[in-house]
Amino acid sequence: MQIAHKLALTGTAALAAAAAPASAQTMTLSVTIPRLSVAEYHRPYVAIWLEKEGAVPRTLSVWYDYDMKNGEGTKWLRDVRQWWRVSGRTMKFPADGITGATRAPGEQKQVFTVGKGPLGAVGPGNYTLVIEAAREVGGRELLRLPFTWPAKPGAVVKAAGASELGAVSLSFGK
Amino acid sequence: MKTRLLIASALAALLLPGAAQAHRQWMMPSSTVLSGTDSWVTVDAAVSNDLFYFEHNPMRTDGIKATAPDGTEVKIENPATGKYRSTFDVHLTQQGTYRIASVSSGIMGSYTLNGKQVRLPRGTTKETLVAAIPAGATDVRTSEAASRNEIFVTLGAPTTTIFKPTGVGIELVPVTHPNDLIAGEAASFQFLLDGKPAADLAVTVIPGGIRYRDALKQMDLKTDKAGKLTVTWPEPGMYWLNASVGGGREGGPGSPGGPGGQGAAAGASPAPRPAAPAGPPARRASYVTTLEVLAP
Repeated sequence: MQIAHKLALTGTAALAAAAAPASAQTMTLSVTIPRLSVAEYHRPYVAIWLEKEGAVPRTLSVWYDYDMKNGEGTKWLRDVRQWWRVSGRTMKFPADGITGATRAPGEQKQVFTVGKGPLGAVGPGNYTLVIEAAREVGGRELLRLPFTWPAKPGAVVKAAGASELGAVSLSFGK
Repeated sequence: MKTRLLIASALAALLLPGAAQAHRQWMMPSSTVLSGTDSWVTVDAAVSNDLFYFEHNPMRTDGIKATAPDGTEVKIENPATGKYRSTFDVHLTQQGTYRIASVSSGIMGSYTLNGKQVRLPRGTTKETLVAAIPAGATDVRTSEAASRNEIFVTLGAPTTTIFKPTGVGIELVPVTHPNDLIAGEAASFQFLLDGKPAADLAVTVIPGGIRYRDALKQMDLKTDKAGKLTVTWPEPGMYWLNASVGGGREGGPGSPGGPGGQGAAAGASPAPRPAAPAGPPARRASYVTTLEVLAP
């Protein structure tokens, strides 16, 4: 179940897109989940979504305990509270191409292809990729990666978390 | 005398939450924003001075009703009343916004028969009023009272089906959904009195956690002509909201005889009665809700 999006292309924007050189066609996201030395550790719930002013936010990934019986893992989705408000609460779970298992500490990579899967078509404009992590009996952290589309292949946007997220980067490829 | 006063105030608390007494009545849900397909909330219900600590009296659970987004009534489960609080559970199985409310309305008042003042029995309504007053009664004073203490909880995305006004007492109509409140953001609500916009209604908002701070941090607000008001939440947390008319309540217009005590002017009897307070106002209504404001 994917939420519907409408990206309106204005005349000039469409022209700019057509005039732009061969644009990047993939976005590779690297998310580092920090190793935490705490008495009780649970892998964080992580939501990744794309925002563009004037458009409906687009959820790209949700890592949670999707395989618990009776969908019990969905009970805690609301703790990823900013994502829950902008997108999650209107979705149905599990969501095709979006739902995924929680990830272990370390670097986690995910590749999104323009025009395919949850990312879908990307019109020109200013976007923000947002990553929010919330950990059971732990804290919450949110990072924002702003970028302009079309992006140059090889360009990288970075951010670093301080508690629930480590280094995060978004790189664009052909 | 002291016992009598206690009984009287206890009665008032039962009939009209938040009316003419210092204590605050409230319900506190374990969650207001929930996810999943099947969730539960546990609610504490009490009457207390501090918010939200149970240190005075429990609230009774027999008048509390839960309504599902589709309008059906949901059973209050595992109700229990202790010394200081009541608690109960509500099982959420539908997506959308639920209302959990204690609502009462009725007529309070008194009459004089054979030189003795008699109170109208509890539970008197418009329909039973005539039967409740015996022949020969004089100095009949009545006051319509409506109270509403309600909270909202949402499973999934917020819905507004349960906000259809009944036209009785003070009611809240969302402009901003009460389960979509974020610190630093302005929220708007409309208030109705007997189904019509409640203009110039005094509304008091107090953040919870009073016990651990010196200042009450009370916000005294007033509705505009359309009965609307806007609140910008200073910080995340639970907030107690109260509005009343004719009850002499926190933020409300004066007690009997005060600015809002219409009964003093409209009273049927011109005879001075120093032993009894002035007659009750013709219309009393109170509204209480607990709102959760989330961190951004």
